[in-house]
Amino acid sequence: MALDGQKTAYTYIGTTPDRPDGLDKVTGRARYGADISLPGMLHGAVVRSPHAHAKILKIDTSKAMALDGVKAVITRADFPDGLEGEDWNLQENCMAGDKALYDGHAVAAVAATSPLIARDAAKLIEVAYEPLPHVTDVDAAMAEGAPVIREGAADFSVPDGLHPNVVRYFDSGRGDLEQGFAEADLVIEKSFTTEAAHQGYIEPQACLGQMGGDGRGELWVTTQGHWFVRRMCAAILGTEATGLRVTPSEIGGGFGGKTTVFIEPLSLALSRKAGGKPVKMGMTRSEVLRATGPTASASMDIKMGMTKDGRITAASGTFRMQGGAFPGAPVDVTTMLAFGNYDIAHVRQVGYDVLANRPKQAAYRAPGAPMAAFATESVLDELCRQLHLDPIDTRLKNAAREGTRATFGPKYGPIGLVETLEAAKAHPNYRQPLGPNQGRGVASGYWMNWGGETSASVAISEDGSITVSIGTPDIGGSRASMALMAAEAFGVPYENVRVNISDTGALGVNEPTHGSRATYASGLATIRAAEDCITKLCKRAADKWEIDAEAVTWEDGCAKPSGPNAGDFPPMPIAEIAAEMGETGGPISGHFEGTPAGFSGSFGTHVVDVEVDPETGRTTILRYLVVQDAGKAIHPAYVEGQFQGGAVQGIGWTLNEEYIYGEDGRLQNAGFLDYRIPVASDLPMIDTVIVEVPNPGHPYGVRGVGETGITPPLPAIANAVREATGKRLCDLPLRPSRVLAAIRGKG
Amino acid sequence: MAEVHLWSGLRSLADGQEVVAVEGKTVGQLLDGLVKAHPGLEPAIRRGVSVAVDGQIVPGNRNHPVDPDSEVFLLQKLAGG
Repeated sequence: MALDGQKTAYTYIGTTPDRPDGLDKVTGRARYGADISLPGMLHGAVVRSPHAHAKILKIDTSKAMALDGVKAVITRADFPDGLEGEDWNLQENCMAGDKALYDGHAVAAVAATSPLIARDAAKLIEVAYEPLPHVTDVDAAMAEGAPVIREGAADFSVPDGLHPNVVRYFDSGRGDLEQGFAEADLVIEKSFTTEAAHQGYIEPQACLGQMGGDGRGELWVTTQGHWFVRRMCAAILGTEATGLRVTPSEIGGGFGGKTTVFIEPLSLALSRKAGGKPVKMGMTRSEVLRATGPTASASMDIKMGMTKDGRITAASGTFRMQGGAFPGAPVDVTTMLAFGNYDIAHVRQVGYDVLANRPKQAAYRAPGAPMAAFATESVLDELCRQLHLDPIDTRLKNAAREGTRATFGPKYGPIGLVETLEAAKAHPNYRQPLGPNQGRGVASGYWMNWGGETSASVAISEDGSITVSIGTPDIGGSRASMALMAAEAFGVPYENVRVNISDTGALGVNEPTHGSRATYASGLATIRAAEDCITKLCKRAADKWEIDAEAVTWEDGCAKPSGPNAGDFPPMPIAEIAAEMGETGGPISGHFEGTPAGFSGSFGTHVVDVEVDPETGRTTILRYLVVQDAGKAIHPAYVEGQFQGGAVQGIGWTLNEEYIYGEDGRLQNAGFLDYRIPVASDLPMIDTVIVEVPNPGHPYGVRGVGETGITPPLPAIANAVREATGKRLCDLPLRPSRVLAAIRGKG
Repeated sequence: MAEVHLWSGLRSLADGQEVVAVEGKTVGQLLDGLVKAHPGLEPAIRRGVSVAVDGQIVPGNRNHPVDPDSEVFLLQKLAGG
């Protein structure tokens, strides 16, 4: 589909060149968060609470400070008072105040001349606790009599009469539910739970911070968003944002978990207290699991009605989520997107954000959407099974399309759900015969995407090569994508473009690589900055030809007269203009600053075949197909990689991953041996189909693709297990013991 | 006057209205007008909302133009991972 004013024929877009950072990453030259050292550097370590909930009565640091090599110890007393809202939440989470709120909550930190001395010193810090009753389950946390985690934390939205642990409440919908359910031939109600899952990035949090007594400093850090880090650290430390320059390292995965701070302010505070010596800090995997943010756990009630011919007549959902000891569980987004795939006249969503004694949740790939999809797409599947309807045909009958009023209010623009369903139905995987104990599941999912504050610069070098500076860290190959878009805009080879990720001192504010926004927003910014640059290049050519700038056009990397009336001049290549720019007006560069608002969501449909071992309850993924709308795939191989990565993380969340808390409220599986993410040998090749319904809000039609892929796997696999076993499992993960119990009628 | 649609959780803060007519040529003017007409909405708007104008979400852009016949929805503040 071509859109007015949108480019449709491409030279570089849609090709799959090697990534420019590939050689550095496969040879070990790339520098990650823990790879930088400085002369005189100290090493930090953190003292963490062994209690799920406890008053901090006293912290004695004297023995630690007396240890040879220890240069600084900090507690909450070293941070400013008076913060409010999310700034206070961040500060309290990075360093506990009066109470430890979860197992692993930081209560003190130390900097010393070696990592060993720092760890030994941490053990010498004596913390006196008064343990308090705790609660880690979301339903228990909002039940009468549950321990109150923080009085007065609820905001204006919470109705009277709810437990103080309920801190935000959401209610949205339209139509007449009673009428809608009355129109149905079949109504199904079910309750579901999902456990907290961690992003599972391979590189733990790491940083190197330096800050003087004047509040000026530098931070090297693995992060998805260094302007976010700068703002958060400045707020937590009580310094000015521009006093801190933050440089992002290469990043070994983030998936949302590195859009916030944990040890970064501690590194800077330790440095400030140690006379400005740089302090390096890094988390162990145990610390990552105990003290960084997984996503929320959820408890949900879903009711949906359908006619015999497969029309959804009404839907309602109640979603309860705990996101740790602070407000912020993504139930707001959950309530918006729960039924967003479909055109439903009568719909209601209610959400509760609940405090519990767990670490402060962080964003995780499409935050809030996968849990809702698990519940709603499971009920939809059950309606299809009981009414003997094909799951794809039924979704097609109800699918949102351009002009459909979304369940959250506005009408959709051009979207690609129908196209993904049709492509899934046409794919050979949907027709593969199934054997005994095997089942096929289908589910669709959606993520709205994001634009966000964005700035970029493009500069021409003296030889005509091009430097693009962006502010979104490259996690999934965005250097290559930006280089392709710049190459397309300038009409020069991909190899002539270099993309740098700038620090906070070199560009205006940029939001993180989050919300599936980098290829969309930084890509749009790169194209617009390139166009700004091209205007200046054309002006230089016009000046030389002594014609009006408007009479010059840009094509295939050259300035050209726009027509016969403009004059007869040979094309002037970018290299020729660049070689003379020092004598024709100086450096040539282009810029973009803005908040692109033309982002558009991406829909996906997944088809999965599983086999369930009736003796053990183990589920094996036999085949997996991801079909998703990319708008326009800039680098198709990286788009496929995003599709596959989302599916794999969803498989892990569905089959194995969960936070297991003991009766004492402590995390029992704080390591990758017990918190089991999928590995290559667990998985088949993930098949992909890229659907391209162009986004009219991007010059090349791009939609973000990073997050949608984790939304359908949870229900798709559960639906496949339903077919393989005849049992509808409503609680994740589908660990073998749980599946076996269901098969044996005990689930 | 543009018509601003409120999600149901906000309606109790606006005298039960689902749709509020507000004067304004930009998103910012609409939000200010909403708070002036219904002060109970102020905490929700201060906490952060996304605004959809004619189907397009325009977060963080108070200067985005709004026509008198634009369809405007207040939505939950969005984020991502």
